Amino acid sequence: MSESAAPHDFQYADTQHQAQTAIAGMWLFLATEVLFFGGLILAWIYCRHWNQAGFDAGARATELWIGTLNTFILVTSSFAYATGLAFIRVGSTRGLIRCCLVTAALGLTFLGLKFGLEWHDDFANHVFPNISDFKIKGPEQGGARLFFVFYFISTGLHGLHLVGGIGLVTWIILRARRGEFTPQYHTPVHVVGLYWSFVDIVWLTLYPLIYLIGRG
Amino acid sequence: MSTTVVKAGEIEGSYLTDGTTIRSWLLTTDHKRIALLYLGSITFFFFIGGIAAALVRLNLVVPEGLLNSAETYNRLFTMHGVIMVWFFLVPAVPVTLGNFVIPLMLGARDLAFPRLNLASWYLFIAGGALALWALFLGGSDTGWTFYTPLSTSYSQGHVVLMVAGIFLSGFSSIATGLNFMVSIHRLRAPGLTWYRMPVFLWSLYSLSVLMVLATPVLAITLLLVALERIFQIGAFDPAVGGDPLLFQHMFWFYSHPAVYIMILPGFGVISEIVPTFSRKRIFGYKFIVWASVSIAVISFFVWGHHMFVSGMSLYAGVVFSILSYMVAVPSAIKVFNWLGTMHKGFIHFDAPMLYALGFIGLFTIGGVTGLWLAALGADVDLTQTYFVVAHFHYVMVGGMVSAFFGGLHYWWPKITGRMYPEMWARVAAMIMFMGFNLTFFPQFILGYLGMPRRYSSYPPEFQVLNVLSSAGATILASAYLLPLGYLVWSLFRGARAPANPWHATGLEWQTSSPPPTVNFVHTPVVTQGPYEYPPPEPVQQHV
Repeated sequence: MSESAAPHDFQYADTQHQAQTAIAGMWLFLATEVLFFGGLILAWIYCRHWNQAGFDAGARATELWIGTLNTFILVTSSFAYATGLAFIRVGSTRGLIRCCLVTAALGLTFLGLKFGLEWHDDFANHVFPNISDFKIKGPEQGGARLFFVFYFISTGLHGLHLVGGIGLVTWIILRARRGEFTPQYHTPVHVVGLYWSFVDIVWLTLYPLIYLIGRG
Repeated sequence: MSTTVVKAGEIEGSYLTDGTTIRSWLLTTDHKRIALLYLGSITFFFFIGGIAAALVRLNLVVPEGLLNSAETYNRLFTMHGVIMVWFFLVPAVPVTLGNFVIPLMLGARDLAFPRLNLASWYLFIAGGALALWALFLGGSDTGWTFYTPLSTSYSQGHVVLMVAGIFLSGFSSIATGLNFMVSIHRLRAPGLTWYRMPVFLWSLYSLSVLMVLATPVLAITLLLVALERIFQIGAFDPAVGGDPLLFQHMFWFYSHPAVYIMILPGFGVISEIVPTFSRKRIFGYKFIVWASVSIAVISFFVWGHHMFVSGMSLYAGVVFSILSYMVAVPSAIKVFNWLGTMHKGFIHFDAPMLYALGFIGLFTIGGVTGLWLAALGADVDLTQTYFVVAHFHYVMVGGMVSAFFGGLHYWWPKITGRMYPEMWARVAAMIMFMGFNLTFFPQFILGYLGMPRRYSSYPPEFQVLNVLSSAGATILASAYLLPLGYLVWSLFRGARAPANPWHATGLEWQTSSPPPTVNFVHTPVVTQGPYEYPPPEPVQQHV
């Protein structure tokens, strides 16, 4: 690696060329993610269409307050990260690191609430879909089981993406501590931010599907 | 990266000699070396899949089935399908020839994301290892399509492991497609406008769109299948209100575009070979490139033609049928344009051109029989018969595998710096063509006469045609072994290749054979279209 302030790999003309390419790559990756979660949500809506009563019963068995609190936490984390990006644009590495720490802490809080508390409650409430003493009985049982199939798969996948995001934010913190980012060069900060916001948006799609639709 | 001192020459100082340790290969980020890593891997999988095919054909020599076990037979054709589709056909041309040639054609020093490129190879190897592991444990009997509820409830095989392998190799595809798309957008040499790009680049761009947007749907579908198999409950389970047809829709939403993922790079290869060996500009350049793009777009909307008999409303069937006819139009445009390119050309019958000619004929037969299957009435009779098997293999083996071998011979001097033995290559191409037709043409007749696919036994009146098909398969197998022999021989004893042995246009022929690690010591400047004859003299890459 060159020791100049703005390094770039040998296939690029200059730093700006590399930065724009990296950002384009992340956008395209997010497009694949849209199709990945899109397939899941398509199946979800299709199955809900045929099993409305069961899915409604399932939605009523979810814990609205945790989901709502987590929504606020995740949106705030994206705000914190975006603030960090604004800090590094004016050259404040310290500001970037602090914002990243807040972002990662909020992400961990989300995971703690989601998997430590909510999944724990779900198991205690007998809503894991394939157990014999499933909580919801009667004609809604099949649909409600299916609802919780989607609930566990989607929150699990979203959680895995969030774990990856926290890893990436940690990586940004470590690089920032080494002083690698400047107002001229902070492409990784930008790229990780795109990913983090995407994981946030996935949650904003899952939140109404899990907690709101059919609850009333 | 600080400036690297590059010694470029005929062999010394090429990418092949820039580091000779195993580590320098396994941790390389050079697109050319990664292409060779992939070439070794897919060759291995091709022969694994080929062995399975050989055993399938062996079983069908006698009506009651030589293996005498339907279960074993089911596992064999599943293994053949899974390995050939995901570990050979889908990656074949893009990750080997594409990986090698794209940056050279772009006048770039590498792909946009070299480390992602290496990671995609490791994902591919990890996925392949899982699939092989499933195979050694006994495989799976679901067919390559993993239809539910067979795959989720009733199959005795190792479905989860095999699905996990395909899942990983899918992410390898996504990484490759993403890398190609971004590279073609961002790394074109000065003056290389979109309409000055070789058709190969347009084809690989189109297939990358499919890889990037269709593969994730397969990933989530297979994940749902695996979880449903593990927990015995899921979206495809009618007992709780799920729907097995939903699986088929989601599976074919990927798997129909996937056949274009497999054939589009073939179109690209043929579009390079035909002008080169006709010494003539390609006919109707813009029509060919937009045909690739429209194939990519339309192919997303034709998946329903796989499901005409599995429970679909008549109106949906009519729409999918019409859309399937539409996708034939751009494919036909390509065939006519290749013929137009050859018309009044100065044709040289070197081995790549023989493969290209084989491709055009066999692909046309495969494509036209596809129209029979797209017709609602005919499909009801022909689907689930050997007619479908023959159609698919005419496109995939007669078409795609011919294109792969054509491209491999065409770029072999560039890749290795050695010429392959021309006489042997022509012989292999001819035997391959004959062996192929003997194997698969009888299957059209078998299907037309009503022999169902995927059965380990058949009524005795079909035996003659089946024996012909199996005899053809042995010829085909020997034709595949020939290149393995003479290409390896040429690595050591082949004549040294000049920079541009075919007098081809295209930037990849402007650098040395084999190219230096940085491809071009001085970034080339493009001033004309992709197929302008005569080509300029190659630039010596000595520093």
